Amino acid sequence: MLKNYFKIAIAVLRRRKFFTFISLFGISFTLTILLVLTAFIDKVVGDKYPDKKRDRSLYITRLSQQGKNSTSSGPPSFYFLDHYARSIKTPVAVGISSGFNGTNTYVNNKKIAVNYKYTNAEYWDILEYEFLEGKPISKQQVENADKVTVITEDIKKEYFGDIPSAIGKYFEADNVKYKVIGVIKGVPITSYMMYSDIYLPYTVAKDNGYKTNKSYQGGYYGILLANSSADLDKMHDEYEAMVQRLPVEDKKSFDHVYSHADTYIKGYVDTGDERHSGTFIVITAISIFAFILMLLPTLNLVNINITRIMERSSEIGVRKAFGASSKTLVYQFIVENIILTLLGGAIGVVLAFIALQVLNSANLIANLNLTINFTVLFIGLLVCLVFGLLSGVYPAWRMSKLNVVTALKAQ
Amino acid sequence: MISLQNIEKVYRTNTVETLALNSISLDVAKGEFLSIMGPSGCGKSTLLNIIGLLDAPSKGNIKISNQTTEKLNDKQLANFRNQKLGFIFQSYHLINDLQVLDNVELPLLYRTSVSAKERKQLATEALEKVGLANRIKHFPNQLSGGQKQRVAIARAIVGRPEIILADEPTGNLDSAMGNEIMEILMQLNQKDGTTIVMVTHDENMAHKTHRLVRLFDGSQVQ
Repeated sequence: MLKNYFKIAIAVLRRRKFFTFISLFGISFTLTILLVLTAFIDKVVGDKYPDKKRDRSLYITRLSQQGKNSTSSGPPSFYFLDHYARSIKTPVAVGISSGFNGTNTYVNNKKIAVNYKYTNAEYWDILEYEFLEGKPISKQQVENADKVTVITEDIKKEYFGDIPSAIGKYFEADNVKYKVIGVIKGVPITSYMMYSDIYLPYTVAKDNGYKTNKSYQGGYYGILLANSSADLDKMHDEYEAMVQRLPVEDKKSFDHVYSHADTYIKGYVDTGDERHSGTFIVITAISIFAFILMLLPTLNLVNINITRIMERSSEIGVRKAFGASSKTLVYQFIVENIILTLLGGAIGVVLAFIALQVLNSANLIANLNLTINFTVLFIGLLVCLVFGLLSGVYPAWRMSKLNVVTALKAQ
Repeated sequence: MISLQNIEKVYRTNTVETLALNSISLDVAKGEFLSIMGPSGCGKSTLLNIIGLLDAPSKGNIKISNQTTEKLNDKQLANFRNQKLGFIFQSYHLINDLQVLDNVELPLLYRTSVSAKERKQLATEALEKVGLANRIKHFPNQLSGGQKQRVAIARAIVGRPEIILADEPTGNLDSAMGNEIMEILMQLNQKDGTTIVMVTHDENMAHKTHRLVRLFDGSQVQ
């Protein structure tokens, strides 16, 4: 039976080549966009380099103070993380790092834009950066405010050129020379909590903000590491309780302090809206985008399918006369449509593969190497099936309701 | 085998009511070859469609193989047609996208008990019966009118139905080919005992059958 449907489906596709091209183009183009998008999202939220201990980590990215008429929201301060976040019992380590900031440096009169980031020593215990050379910043070096740095392999190449080792050499940024103690494989900018070109001990920060800024808000992110993933809930609750006990800094303007220690994805998509979770907003936005993107080719397919029904009324009549029930015909037509969409899907996967290669080689985002993996393929397959069903059901239903006599006369 | 009682068929539009069949009562015995004649628009095809359960009468009862059919649902009707009836149409109604063999196999697709191998075997046998065993890989467009109609006959008989309903099977063919088709139908009737009801415009063909029924303006006149 399926073989027969397959033969018919292929024959119908070949009969009207232009319609087929339009249908396949619509499906494959849509799927390509969705696959590239999925590959991007998958990479951004699913890539566990360098935080391989993500399953037992919570991330603090925001602290806000809200009052009736005013809101102040942003990343917490070093002081807050070191003083308050560290005060809770469960974490075995508290990684603190600043957001990345840009500066320029010059090599042989060539300007190089460099992003730098301050970290504490535990940051390097929690995150497992891949060291191509050297070692991470040690506790001792942080305490001594040593002018040392860990750099990425990309910036090493840009700054030092092709040299076998940069360890012991000096990297100048903002007129300060930092001794290179490690070279790591870089992180894409989409992992904004971990991305930078060079990493410095927080104690070398020029503005001394880590010392002088005693307010809750600053420019730092925190990672709380629990002993095991079973402790995550406890750590989360403990953090929430700690934050609830915090007095607001300015009683005239604010009456509440909010800050959450969340899982990576929740922290990543946190919008600062206390009423709706960022995950909800992001998923809703992506779903609406995907829906609209799929709606157009689906409507197009529905339209083309209905036109094709008229061409095939004789076949429908014959099949009914010889014993096909309406249900069987609906099934046949949906199967045919799914074959069409799977074909479009296969083309879409190939196109997406090419698009990803182009995007990767264009290096639009450094270190972001997009790939099609099983998750992406699975989602692609699912999208194809949804496509096939959506665009097939209504025409199939119309087709099955055709009166046999009318259908046979139509030829 | 087939029993029609007071069959009436009315086509209604918003303004007009047309009586296509008026109180037709007809019995067709098992193994009978019956032809229906009449001028265009007299209701021959409508009657055949009603016998074939492709169309429902506005009034009256139909019994086929001792089974009343009015209460059958869509699925039961489809199944009933598949098991008991075979159709031959004037314009063949072959599926042009499918090869001859696949066209002939079609009724068997809707019988879950028949395997793919059996389907192929039965379809080849049916094509042998109509003398087209050497054309199984052809597409309908590659065949002459007579050959197409023979494929259509093979498709009608592949499921070994008790009744064959033929709507002007020779209407699109020249007389030589028409005679060929008629020969095949007569053989089916004589050798296999298949009951055949045939609508025709051709007096010669009609006179070769056991009995002739004439319709005029939706009523039976002979």
